[in-house]
Amino acid sequence: MMFLRYAAYRLLTMCLTLVVVSILVFAIINLPPGDYLSNQIAELRATGQAEGVAKAEFLRTEFGLDRPLWYQYLMWVGLAPGEYGFSGLLQGDLGWSFFNDEPVIDIVGSKLWLTVLVNLAAVLFIYFMAIPLGVLAAAKSKTWIDYVTAFIGYLGLATPNFLLALILFYYGRKYIGLPIGGLMDPVYEGEPLSWGKIQSVLTHMIVPTFVIGTAGVAAMMQRLRANMLDELGKPYVETATAKGLAPSRMLTKYPLRVAFNPFVADIGNLLPAMVSGSVIISVVMSLPTIGPDLLTALKTQDQFLAGFVLMFVAFLTLVGTMISDLLLVLLDPRIRYGAREG
Amino acid sequence: MSPLLDVKNLSIGFGSAPPVVYGVSFSVNAGETLALVGESGSGKTLTCRSVLRILPAAAQVRSGEVHFGTGASRADLLQMAPRQIRDVRGDRISMIFQEPMRSLSPLHRIGNQVSEVLTLHRDMSLAEAKRDVIATFDRVGFPDAERAYRAYPFELSGGMRQRAMIAMAMVAKPDLLIADEPTTALDVTTQAQVLGLMKTLQRDTGMAMILVTHDLGVVANMADSVVVMNKGHVMERGPAEAVLSAPGHGYTQKLFAAAPVIPEVAKPADPIDGNDAILELNGISKTYHVRASGWRASKPVYACSDVNLRVPRGKTLAIVGESGSGKTTCARIALGAELPDPGGEVIFRAEAGLQPVRVDHLSRAEKVAFQRQAQMVFQDPYSSLSPRMRVQEALTEPMEIHRLGTKISRRDKAAEMLRWVGLNPDMLKRYPHAFSGGQRQRLSIARALTLDPVLLVCDEPTSALDVSVQEQILSLLERIRDGMGLSYLFISHDLAVVARIADEVAVMRRGVVVEQAPPKTLFYNPSHPYTKALIAAQPEPDIHSPIDLAAVSSGAGEPETWPDLYRFEGMAAPALREIEPGHKVRCHA
Repeated sequence: MMFLRYAAYRLLTMCLTLVVVSILVFAIINLPPGDYLSNQIAELRATGQAEGVAKAEFLRTEFGLDRPLWYQYLMWVGLAPGEYGFSGLLQGDLGWSFFNDEPVIDIVGSKLWLTVLVNLAAVLFIYFMAIPLGVLAAAKSKTWIDYVTAFIGYLGLATPNFLLALILFYYGRKYIGLPIGGLMDPVYEGEPLSWGKIQSVLTHMIVPTFVIGTAGVAAMMQRLRANMLDELGKPYVETATAKGLAPSRMLTKYPLRVAFNPFVADIGNLLPAMVSGSVIISVVMSLPTIGPDLLTALKTQDQFLAGFVLMFVAFLTLVGTMISDLLLVLLDPRIRYGAREG
Repeated sequence: MSPLLDVKNLSIGFGSAPPVVYGVSFSVNAGETLALVGESGSGKTLTCRSVLRILPAAAQVRSGEVHFGTGASRADLLQMAPRQIRDVRGDRISMIFQEPMRSLSPLHRIGNQVSEVLTLHRDMSLAEAKRDVIATFDRVGFPDAERAYRAYPFELSGGMRQRAMIAMAMVAKPDLLIADEPTTALDVTTQAQVLGLMKTLQRDTGMAMILVTHDLGVVANMADSVVVMNKGHVMERGPAEAVLSAPGHGYTQKLFAAAPVIPEVAKPADPIDGNDAILELNGISKTYHVRASGWRASKPVYACSDVNLRVPRGKTLAIVGESGSGKTTCARIALGAELPDPGGEVIFRAEAGLQPVRVDHLSRAEKVAFQRQAQMVFQDPYSSLSPRMRVQEALTEPMEIHRLGTKISRRDKAAEMLRWVGLNPDMLKRYPHAFSGGQRQRLSIARALTLDPVLLVCDEPTSALDVSVQEQILSLLERIRDGMGLSYLFISHDLAVVARIADEVAVMRRGVVVEQAPPKTLFYNPSHPYTKALIAAQPEPDIHSPIDLAAVSSGAGEPETWPDLYRFEGMAAPALREIEPGHKVRCHA
């Protein structure tokens, strides 16, 4: 009951935060003088292409770029009607990408879930690799196991990701026949979901997951090791040992539970960091994620595309932090009861 | 018949350094209590941990045998395979640790942690284990065992947590219980109750016990036989009666001399002349509001209420109470670190006849002056000195902050203060880690003195120290007070410590002063049941005067359960009345 109330409270604050974020995103995109269309119109006029000018003028009116900023904002989020029926984000209309000359939804639509998929896979990869390695490194600290895992970890941190990507593509192809680039075989693109398509996506994801995840695994493993070492010195660990628990069970039941909390709190930060951090990888590995789109949209002042991608990343962050907050409340009675007492 | 546990020629060392436990031998018979006595660094804790083989990773057993058990199951614990020793741990030999606050996992329910012992060793189902655990909880004195089973450690007080630890250690009915300073972190009244509980449980179950302690009073109350250790060597060994009534070894005699005791008093003291008070607390209350989550209203917590105290110039006022009694809040308010609720005033007169200063309304300039004149000595000398600062930097920093003197004069002052606290000025270049606990506390005192204060607030300055060191620090504080003409506000939980240094004692419980008098008057004629409980709970190193548990429990309970004359009705406490000159007691008329 208490938990449900807290969840509702967090959901509410999340929505409020989203509103604030949307204002900020919109303001920042509109900070540079001019907009994509006025720049384009000026250019078309200069080269004497009257036809293009007419179309650009039409778009300008449709998306209200000639209106005051506050009205443009309301139109964008979908609270004020635009000319010719532009209805805004809240009503599912993401706007128009001027640079690509097609609706935003057509550009990002298929990429959204692939982005989420790739990043989710990388996050899971990080947690599944880093936790056992970190615990092992702490339990066997200052032995060869610790040194070997640390060495591999630092190697992962220090190798540039794109280099790792090229190496893995090369050897993956050569020895086990992994596909190179993309997230699915071209024949499945635009096809409905089928067993073959799923298989294709999964095999294509192996190398990207590994590449995006390695640095994260190395960093998290070292931090978990440090946290675990702190916990291992605490008296309750001694109590558990004196009870007669076997080392593996003792480690996972007691110190890991305590040392793990900061990493639950990390989920929220991990998601957006990977969307923006994996831009180079996406380009190198030609992954159809929205990272590269964000980059071009920002460079060309393609405001609806940039705005939507930024909002999407912010949404991921907020959902991530909400998940970690709720998980922490479930996992840590001190937080739960602290809230109840207070 | 062979003893239950037989430790022979045990040596333990770290790395290639010389051993820190050297050739220790002792034995424990079934049903008997052996006390392992010594100060920090004596090797007593390493010795008892080696029995269960839970030594720190860097320590190794160099030699020795630890035979345990009866008949066919008798074996050397040190030679057992890891799998076998795990079966012994928690089942046949269990252990209680010093810090109940940290010895339980904060994230698991008490019931889960305790019943784990049974599911691990007894092949019991969860429901069966729960039934046994609840029965054990009842026995160790949880008022509501079901609730305790579901509780998390942070929901319980220190005493209750230690009861949970005892339950965990007892639930599998072990043959031997090792208790490593089980009551050191507890308040003195709680200590008395926990010791009483351990004794009863032992009598009922017939288990043997190794009690590791530095407190001869605890030994006298609990032990059948005693092993005194110093620097890794056994100094003296024998039946408790013999060792305690006629200590043979010089070291044991030294420990006895240093053990703080509440003195026998022949007549009450004359009331002290308190006209010239350096510090006055008038009508001090402090209410904290626990922040509510979401939309609910906050609820108030009364840390202290209507406290009136005076520190006479050149004297020592001691505030005594258990944790949570409000004594530290009073000290913080006295130092201006916290503001009292409106209505209270803190008045400070740096010199007699000078214009008094309101500590709760300091102007900027007054605040700077006040911070020089009033200094604090903290409880834990290990964490109150920065490990990265040399002694000289630590000692001159206060003067630099207040822009006093030149570099050279500051250095000289630091050297002079080191001499005052009995350290050598050569030590200025060293780092704190090169000093022992007692020396570090001397350094903290020296640091507090560098600004020539007139008032020193000492917050439990000796409770982290060994008894013999505690004695030295108290003497030092007395010498400084009389030599420099300082006044002390002395915070402590220990009446015996206060007995020697204080000129007046205020006993606090639940935010109010319940009794106030000069120590001699207080010990001659303790009136309040809580004061009586504090005095009764003090373990005396005399085997013939055991703790009077009845007196402890009648006074140490909640104020709502005190005898009629003294009882609180909820937050409404009776008034503080003067029953004889200079002796105030909180009671109904």
